[in-house]
Amino acid sequence: MKPVTVVTGRAVPLDRSDVDTDQIIPSDWLKRVERTGFGAGLFSEWRDDRAFVLNQPEFAGASILVAGPNFGTGSSREHAVWALLDYGFEAVVSPRFADIFRNNCTKQGLLPVEVEPALGRSLLDAVVADPSLELTIDVARGTVEAPAAGLGGSFPLDEFTRERFLNGWDDIGLTLRYGDAITAYERDRRPWMPTVTA
Amino acid sequence: MVESRKTTSPSAGPESGVGAHRPRTLSDKVWERHLVHQADGEPDLLFIDLHLVHEVTSPQAFDGLRLAGRTVRHPELTVATADHNVPTTDIDKPVADPVSARQLEVLSANCAEFGITCYPMGHANQGIVHIIGPELGLTQPGMTIVCGDSHTSTHGAFGALAFGIGTSEVEHVLATQTLPQMRLETMAVEVEGDPPADVTAKDIVLAIIGIIGTSGGMGHVIEYRGPAIRALSMEGRMTMCNMSIEAGARAGMIAPDDTTFSYLEGRPHAPKGKLWERALDDWRTLATDDGAVFDKSVTLDASAISPHVTWGTNPAQVVPIDGHVPDPSSFADPAEREAAARALQYMGLTAGTALRDVAVDTVFIGSCTNSRIEDLRAAAAVLDGRHVRTGLRALVVPGSHPVKAQAEAEGLDKVFVAAGFEWREPGCSMCLAMNPDKLAVGERCASTSNRNFEGRQGRGGRTHLVSPAVAAATAVAGHFATSADLP
Repeated sequence: MKPVTVVTGRAVPLDRSDVDTDQIIPSDWLKRVERTGFGAGLFSEWRDDRAFVLNQPEFAGASILVAGPNFGTGSSREHAVWALLDYGFEAVVSPRFADIFRNNCTKQGLLPVEVEPALGRSLLDAVVADPSLELTIDVARGTVEAPAAGLGGSFPLDEFTRERFLNGWDDIGLTLRYGDAITAYERDRRPWMPTVTA
Repeated sequence: MVESRKTTSPSAGPESGVGAHRPRTLSDKVWERHLVHQADGEPDLLFIDLHLVHEVTSPQAFDGLRLAGRTVRHPELTVATADHNVPTTDIDKPVADPVSARQLEVLSANCAEFGITCYPMGHANQGIVHIIGPELGLTQPGMTIVCGDSHTSTHGAFGALAFGIGTSEVEHVLATQTLPQMRLETMAVEVEGDPPADVTAKDIVLAIIGIIGTSGGMGHVIEYRGPAIRALSMEGRMTMCNMSIEAGARAGMIAPDDTTFSYLEGRPHAPKGKLWERALDDWRTLATDDGAVFDKSVTLDASAISPHVTWGTNPAQVVPIDGHVPDPSSFADPAEREAAARALQYMGLTAGTALRDVAVDTVFIGSCTNSRIEDLRAAAAVLDGRHVRTGLRALVVPGSHPVKAQAEAEGLDKVFVAAGFEWREPGCSMCLAMNPDKLAVGERCASTSNRNFEGRQGRGGRTHLVSPAVAAATAVAGHFATSADLP
């Protein structure tokens, strides 16, 4: 993945809780065998509604999605992350992320910005009130700020994940540093563990 | 229901041979057995014993391997099947949808290229990935099991640590047979008492999700414990663990016991002879130790649970079948109130309506939650000598070819067909509507699957989650019902 250090941009307010990955990218889109082109499918069923926030011209070109709690629940489909990135989002702000979605974000360079519920609420209200409001998310400092609205706070990111974002490191490459440990583990596995040969 | 933090396990013996070890939970034990590398400030690197693969979340992972010039480290620990896209009729003919057909072909081609066993559409072992692992005996206590599918939690029913992963992680496991993971917290869900006769594992888990919510398990591995769990069959335990993800938990687990061992014994990939004896000795040490501490704990009484039906668009929006569609204003939390109002609008329901007064258009019995032989037996028992309501569409999709063959050997297919159900070929089918089995806009479905999300079973479709017995009774009555409601 490519390094992510600071994300600055306008935001789209998605004031809903429990946005599941079936909504982010409906299952019809999962038949594709490519990794690209999923932006057109992002929230595709909700986008049929002209009033849906992504259809509102004042939010065009925004790079940050601000959502309610429990974002990314349900299916493990990484296609949800690909769709958000392909559409142009670089970060998602929510008071709480589903575990698998959050993991998938960190593998692809989409920033999961988990904020205190009160800050999440304030950011949603601020972006609704002023669609031109600019947010800045700083990975090294672990902060999200909207200075014009007087809002700001921190978000958790473990050091390992932070370094991966800042450096754009490939997870597989990192793991292969421990090739000897993997080989050592393999020698001592329990002998009844199942194997299936093609 | 009692909820608390940092509770201590009251039961089970210590793991033999470890002497002075601190008391540990089942998930701690399985986690620690699989540590390949551990260092401060890094996620633990876990060895993965079994990697299950299907057509939807794997093509981009195989592409990634090719781009990087990597191979599959352990093809013999990797098993693939076609399930999400496969049609459930005419499986002897080419797949009509060219995009689905291509994805299925790509799975077979990738498996052939990388030397992975694959059970394609129509193969005697083919079925939903979470049905076939256990029935082949590939799912065993104490293992780590992953798959690019959130319902991998199903396999935790055997005391395995099993969880869903994304496609980048699929590629990582293919390349290294390991996965870096941050340690998860532990949550005990204790289910005490005896459930009433018409209450199934599905009702128990829906009741739990109704209590703890869609985020109650986030960041946690749930261990289901207590007499009501011990009394469940393996099929019921799989249903429970399967739905853990709907409570936000990464995994669900149940300590292995004699029920587990008798299910496993003699299955194709279960250990045999002396190895079986050694495995049994080992598996008996996995249960949570006396005095082990869980980060979080919930207790509920199974005798107070009744059959459950979801009314909304997430699985925590659920009530007992005797209940009513709730009034959004009854929710104290503003986000829940807003979500309930939106759900009622999407579902076309009015607050205060009795669930038994809600008529359905379609009944779907299937999915990795409820398409095992016991589920089909439960539904057939309700349908025997009865017929589905005129005009109602009813389909039953066995979880795998072995389940289908077993059901046919027992004559269950004849019961379903005589009752007016369509008897289909195995696959995920209408659980997520990637194949031709879909709801139309506004169509209302009683479904034994796991997700009632908007559009999950087809754009604009309305899903209510129920047990197989309630699904069958609802098909006969034409509205939500239990078998006790039927003449």
